[in-house]
Amino acid sequence: MSQKVLLASKEMNIILHRLACQLVENHTNFENSVLIGIQPRGVFLADRIAKILQEEYNISRINLGRLDITFYRDDFRRSDKPLEANKTHIDFVVEDKRVIFIDDVLYTGRSIRAALTAVQSFGRPSEIELLTLIDRRFSRHLPIQPDYNGRQVDAINEEKVKVNWQENEGEDAVYLISK
Amino acid sequence: MSELSVDHLLGIKYLQEKDIKLIFETADHFKEVINRPIKKVPSLRDITIANLFFENSTRTRLSFELAEKRLSADVVNFSAASSSVKKGETLIDTVNNILSMKVDMVVMRHPNPGAGIFLSKHVNASIINAGDGAHEHPTQALLDSYSIREKLGTVEGKKVVIVGDILHSRVALSNIFALKLQGAQVKVCGPNTLIPKYIRSLGVEVEPNLRKALEWCDVANMLRVQNERMEISYFPSTREYIQLFGLNKALLDSLDKKIVIMHPGPINRGVEITSDVADSDQAIILDQVQNGVAIRMAVIYLLASKIKQV
Repeated sequence: MSQKVLLASKEMNIILHRLACQLVENHTNFENSVLIGIQPRGVFLADRIAKILQEEYNISRINLGRLDITFYRDDFRRSDKPLEANKTHIDFVVEDKRVIFIDDVLYTGRSIRAALTAVQSFGRPSEIELLTLIDRRFSRHLPIQPDYNGRQVDAINEEKVKVNWQENEGEDAVYLISK
Repeated sequence: MSELSVDHLLGIKYLQEKDIKLIFETADHFKEVINRPIKKVPSLRDITIANLFFENSTRTRLSFELAEKRLSADVVNFSAASSSVKKGETLIDTVNNILSMKVDMVVMRHPNPGAGIFLSKHVNASIINAGDGAHEHPTQALLDSYSIREKLGTVEGKKVVIVGDILHSRVALSNIFALKLQGAQVKVCGPNTLIPKYIRSLGVEVEPNLRKALEWCDVANMLRVQNERMEISYFPSTREYIQLFGLNKALLDSLDKKIVIMHPGPINRGVEITSDVADSDQAIILDQVQNGVAIRMAVIYLLASKIKQV
């Protein structure tokens, strides 16, 4: 097994700020917009983006939620590993809101497909956008593309893209791991 | 997440402590789901479940049916009163006929103890025991423990007294297994005639005095006197039972601590507990009912994930 650094801490930081800036460009003061981190790994990115928006763009009130998609996945009973659920925490209605889904890696698109179904339980958003840190292009199973993207990566199926976060793994970095 | 160690839920006796923990953790997620504006998830859309009720039930049957529907499973219902069982069909034949219509899971209530265990050895489907005679009622015990955990934070180390008709109660037996497995202390209290002779072998103590039992406990689970299962008289009169084993507000208020009151339903108001106790803020009877749906969703979800994709 070998691993290669795709993004180091400094590059990641620049990208996070760029993504936050792009969000501000489209959503100005976030009055009618909500950020939803996709469990489990999207919530770290969502927290970071929200922090930058608060600290550097002085956006005081940001609706930030966490969405678990386990019960909406299309591989129940098809995957060898049991599916592990996480906490959903959305304490606002998404009805008529502009929703921004946030996930660390966009791969087949199936998680986002599940998230699109899951979020319907909380109302009918006026629109849904997708922000990802890493887009593994050419590997999509579904017609889903990000609206805001950190870095495009070409990786083959046997390879894995792993995003590490300071608050979880003790460092900010993105690795390409090949078996 | 780990998997359940069993393929069927036949009784708490066959579960390990980690299974109960897994069921509770999964139920936490489903409890959040059933409090959403849209209370449904699509996980089990390719699973069909048959509810076979060979004995009357309203609450359990409704609770199972809601749990199944909120997981998007297809549901077929069957009650013995309107079936070919009356025409002399055997249990295995009845179930195999239903299974040949491509049913993946069976939820069964049956008047005979061990009916679920028997069935699990002879048919090819996942079985959930929804009560077999005076034997076990595992989902009730799970939701009872889950409600204690919700109210008191944990089950371990808590003192629970089960009051009433222990002899005819599947709720009592399943609760004893579940509570002991999670490290709770259990006492039973009731007329001597309604306490099984070898109950102490399960590691529980018998306390014949209700006041002493209540003074000792953190939680009192008040069971109904199951008149329908009694062929002889076990106590002289209902009035005497009420005086010795009925819980009223005066008795509850005379205790120096606030204990939690549970009841598996249906309540005979004025017999095992009075109305003002049942409706007091110490009673968690309606929480138990709500938790029942979340627990049953968790059990069905976890067992369904073990059914092989064909």
